[in-house]
Amino acid sequence: MDLRKLKTLIDLVETSGIAELEIQEGEERVRITRTSASSQPMFIHAPAPPPALAAVPAAVAVAEPAAPVAEEAHVVKSPMVGTFYRAASPGASPFVEVGDTVAQGDTLCIVEAMKLMNEIEADASGTIKAILVENGQPVEFGQPLFLLG
Amino acid sequence: MPARRSDKLFDKVLIANRGEIALRIQRACRELGVKTVVVHSEADRDAKYVALADESVCIGPPPSAQSYLNIPAIIAAAEVTDAQAIHPGYGFLSENADFAEKVERSGFVFIGPRPETIRLMGDKISAKVAMTKAGVPCVPGSEGLLPEDPKEIVRIARAIGYPVIVKASGGGGGRGMRVVHTEAALLPAVALTRSEAQAAFGNPTLYMERFLTNPRHVEIQVLADEYKNAVTLHERDCSMQRRHQKIIEEAPAPGVNARALARIAERAAEACRKIAYRGAGTFEFLYQDDEFFFIEMNTRVQVEHPVTEMITGIDIVQEQIRIAAGQKLRFRQRDVARRGHAIECRINAEDPWTFVPSPGRITSWHVPGGPGIRVDSHAYQNYFVPPNYDSMIGKVIAYGETREQAIARMRVALSEMVVGGIRTNIPLHQELLLDENFLRGGTSIHYLEERLARKKQAA
Repeated sequence: MDLRKLKTLIDLVETSGIAELEIQEGEERVRITRTSASSQPMFIHAPAPPPALAAVPAAVAVAEPAAPVAEEAHVVKSPMVGTFYRAASPGASPFVEVGDTVAQGDTLCIVEAMKLMNEIEADASGTIKAILVENGQPVEFGQPLFLLG
Repeated sequence: MPARRSDKLFDKVLIANRGEIALRIQRACRELGVKTVVVHSEADRDAKYVALADESVCIGPPPSAQSYLNIPAIIAAAEVTDAQAIHPGYGFLSENADFAEKVERSGFVFIGPRPETIRLMGDKISAKVAMTKAGVPCVPGSEGLLPEDPKEIVRIARAIGYPVIVKASGGGGGRGMRVVHTEAALLPAVALTRSEAQAAFGNPTLYMERFLTNPRHVEIQVLADEYKNAVTLHERDCSMQRRHQKIIEEAPAPGVNARALARIAERAAEACRKIAYRGAGTFEFLYQDDEFFFIEMNTRVQVEHPVTEMITGIDIVQEQIRIAAGQKLRFRQRDVARRGHAIECRINAEDPWTFVPSPGRITSWHVPGGPGIRVDSHAYQNYFVPPNYDSMIGKVIAYGETREQAIARMRVALSEMVVGGIRTNIPLHQELLLDENFLRGGTSIHYLEERLARKKQAA
């Protein structure tokens, strides 16, 4: 399921006022839930084991991590507020994928703010176990971005 | 005829502040149907207004420099949440002209004056020049920096009239100042202050003003829209201070010469029109011997705005939002009411006598109520008062038909208030509310410190 289709579904849930939408297409399944407006609003999202399950920022959902985090796992957190990008520019290949080995100081992603692209470096070495946010998603200070094992 | 449905002012406002003022701004927004985005440091994750916001963004670790003073983080938060406007509150970046400029250049509305105005009034010397040009009397002074020539310095002091106070232009908040009572003491005092200024601020330049021995701090609230309409919302007396921090404020100011007050209020409104002021602002004066002397202008909403709201019935924060959205002021000077008397006590998390800060968890919390009592506080039962910011945890405001009634109501209110787990300055307030000079009204800005010093000596 591509991102555009996902976005259409998200908009549909938002504008229609339906509480929950679940769609299955072949192997892929997506469930989008709207929570009430008075619940905790946060930019915190679940680590996404494939297939990706998108939490909807506008519907203000706080998701629990789906997979248990290994003892030695190191969380790389965002050092700033901005928009998260997997690659240096649209169309370029992502800096890292799940399974890549990275050294401390390697660029993992971009967080963009005020038209400036900031390269976010790994603050530890290890293997990328999970990428916790979606390309183009807003992130806040301290938000978990990557799981390193 | 049915009322016209007013257009929504903004879809979303970002509140770039914390504590009780963040909650205050949020309340104003919510009442107007405006969504709120609250930015917060890691230390304020559990703030009440964070939970009540439509969206929240953590912008940094606890230290202010990396969070509430972090301009890129705040603007980035506005970008990712698609806010239209940013309300800076008071303190932090509210009077930072660079911030206001960056906000506007990034495509957001800054809820406050234009950056040029903030810059003009932020420089104490340029502010005085602008005010003098606008017909607002200032403390007689050197009209600029003191020259090096001793003869000139003596001449300037004579023109001002003794006693004079020599101040470091790079100083402020009571630092880098020296009072001189006689001409004989003048030049040595200037030399000493110059070297102190160089050592403390890296800036040896000085200016000089008449020293007022027993002034009161009386300030005037103004509101001005983008169309050069300006009104004053009357005055406040904030003389009860310790180390330049206000402790108790009231409106109106008791026992002030009515004609002098009316004249200065009109001058202040006229000054707003002349400098094309936009938004809420406060002209601060020293008042002595029936004369007002401008000292500075605060180009933001102030902590003590509630006492003015109580006597006028006007919601100052909402008016700020309306003005920022381009609306015309909906009232004229004659529509501004002046009814009753209001007093505000700032409740600080500190030892009431040593003033040592007292952060920590509020284990029991009970706020007063009843006729004429308003409590503006972000605190709640089990709230952890963080050690990283100023100690004010709330304000209790009492309104009465008369000053006596306001005081009586405040005494009752404070006697009901419970804040367990930390120390507060409530006992200090309770003592002051029984102080005969406070009850009489009109104490000077030195009164509280003199009283505390006397108490210390007697101990």
